[in-house]
Amino acid sequence: MNTSSSLDASPRDRVTGTPFTRGLGILVLVGMVLLIVLGLFVSPADVNQGESVRIMYAHVPGAWLAYLAFIVTAVSSAAYLWNRTRSLTWDRIAGASAEVGVLFMGISLITGSLWGRITWGTYWTWDARLTTTAFLFVTYIGYLAVRGLGGTHQQRARRSAVLALLAVLEIPLVHFSVELWNTLHQEASVAGRGTNVDMDGLMLFTLFLGVVVFTLMYVWLVLHRQRSLALDDMLDDSGLDNALTARRAEAERMTH
Amino acid sequence: MSNSLKGSLPKNSSTVIATARLIAAKDLRVELRSRVLLNQVLPFALIVMVMFAFALDSDAVLERVAPGLVWLATLFSVLVMVSRSFAVETADGALDQLRSAGVPAMGIFIGKMLALMVQLMVLVALLVGAAVVLYRASFSWEGGVLLVTTAIAATCGLAAVGTLYGGLAAGAKGRETLLPLLLLPVVAPVLIGATRATESAFGTNGIAISEGWPWLGLLAVFAVLFSVAGAVAFGPLLDD
Amino acid sequence: MDNAGFIITSYVITFGAVGAYAIGIIRRSRKSSRDVPRDQRPWS
Repeated sequence: MNTSSSLDASPRDRVTGTPFTRGLGILVLVGMVLLIVLGLFVSPADVNQGESVRIMYAHVPGAWLAYLAFIVTAVSSAAYLWNRTRSLTWDRIAGASAEVGVLFMGISLITGSLWGRITWGTYWTWDARLTTTAFLFVTYIGYLAVRGLGGTHQQRARRSAVLALLAVLEIPLVHFSVELWNTLHQEASVAGRGTNVDMDGLMLFTLFLGVVVFTLMYVWLVLHRQRSLALDDMLDDSGLDNALTARRAEAERMTH
Repeated sequence: MSNSLKGSLPKNSSTVIATARLIAAKDLRVELRSRVLLNQVLPFALIVMVMFAFALDSDAVLERVAPGLVWLATLFSVLVMVSRSFAVETADGALDQLRSAGVPAMGIFIGKMLALMVQLMVLVALLVGAAVVLYRASFSWEGGVLLVTTAIAATCGLAAVGTLYGGLAAGAKGRETLLPLLLLPVVAPVLIGATRATESAFGTNGIAISEGWPWLGLLAVFAVLFSVAGAVAFGPLLDD
Repeated sequence: MDNAGFIITSYVITFGAVGAYAIGIIRRSRKSSRDVPRDQRPWS
């Protein structure tokens, strides 16, 4: 059985892919090219912001989808904890979504600070939204670390589900307290300055396209990551011995 | 309590309270005998306060940021104390045995939280003293009342979050490095609230004492939310 | 284009990071799939 399975997984085998994700992937690639062309070249510069508005077409959808990803993590964690819908699939969706969320949030923090540098003249301001975003980023890095702690799949799932729900409690508190802290400072108004954009039709369309492309990209990534997590879990279940013998045989083949 | 009642209501409130009292007394007794807080954590916190003075290098600046440094040093020490609090439990699988003996998780949580809170109060008192001696902080009688109230609310929140996340990481490898990553982002509201309240208690930059009281609302909300969340979530966390 | 460096960098980081992550997923799952029989994968 082992030999037949390794035959199955020839490099051409699309392991985590299905016809649906393949179609979705093509759609994402086409949309990405279209977004780059529209965002960088076709769409006009903004009256207030000038060319820097172009960063928004990549930044805003990314930040948006990161928030959405964390909401999905919280919802599927709750679904795991609820007895009637308990399934490790929910746990893996939560984990995959958090991972993609951290990726998108990291990207948005970088593109956001690049945009801030040209618009406000500074990479960072202590605006409540920005600070909360940084906290979200670190919190979910911690969440991913907890997922990697080991133990049984059920242990991992329960631990991380509780943690994801605690994050839902934590984030509004952090946001609220940073906002309170910020009202003491004058710089708070910086975030509101120079951000108003007069969107014309094509600019709105480009932003809308960005949101669509990023959403499809998110779905593709989560589906694939969720399946690769399932593969990892199955591998754990089938026992280390199995994998070890396979690796050893592989090493033999390489040396001869 | 009669045996039949005990059997039918294993998690009633009186067993929770009894467990909490037992666990808290046990943790404090462990501390009294081992003197880890006294001999290791308090000196650590003090040396942090001295090092801040080296880093900031100016009496005026130190006076200005003294409240923040007190709470920052508290946060650093909380990390050490939470690790210690759960090292005691997991060293010989005591936590697992408590759970398999049917001891209510809520009682364990409340007990450990109370013990941690008492130790934190001692720590904060010492750090405020250090701020008075080293950073020229001073407070009136009225400011003292605000300071004590702040310390109670803040240590309650810190102890709740610390116990909850400590329990989460307890028994896993690599928990020493994981705990700060999990804990520090969560306690940011405590740092903000407690620092502002302490600023007005010290009268830093001429801030009036009355301006400190609103921040206690934030601390109280934090303490209540995480105490409740901890008491509820601690069971599922340990029940693997 | 003003600030072309900043703008192009942010596009490269965005799509580069996502692309690298996607390739990483596929590579990792290919590796681990060798020991998981095809009929055990619920999606295929």
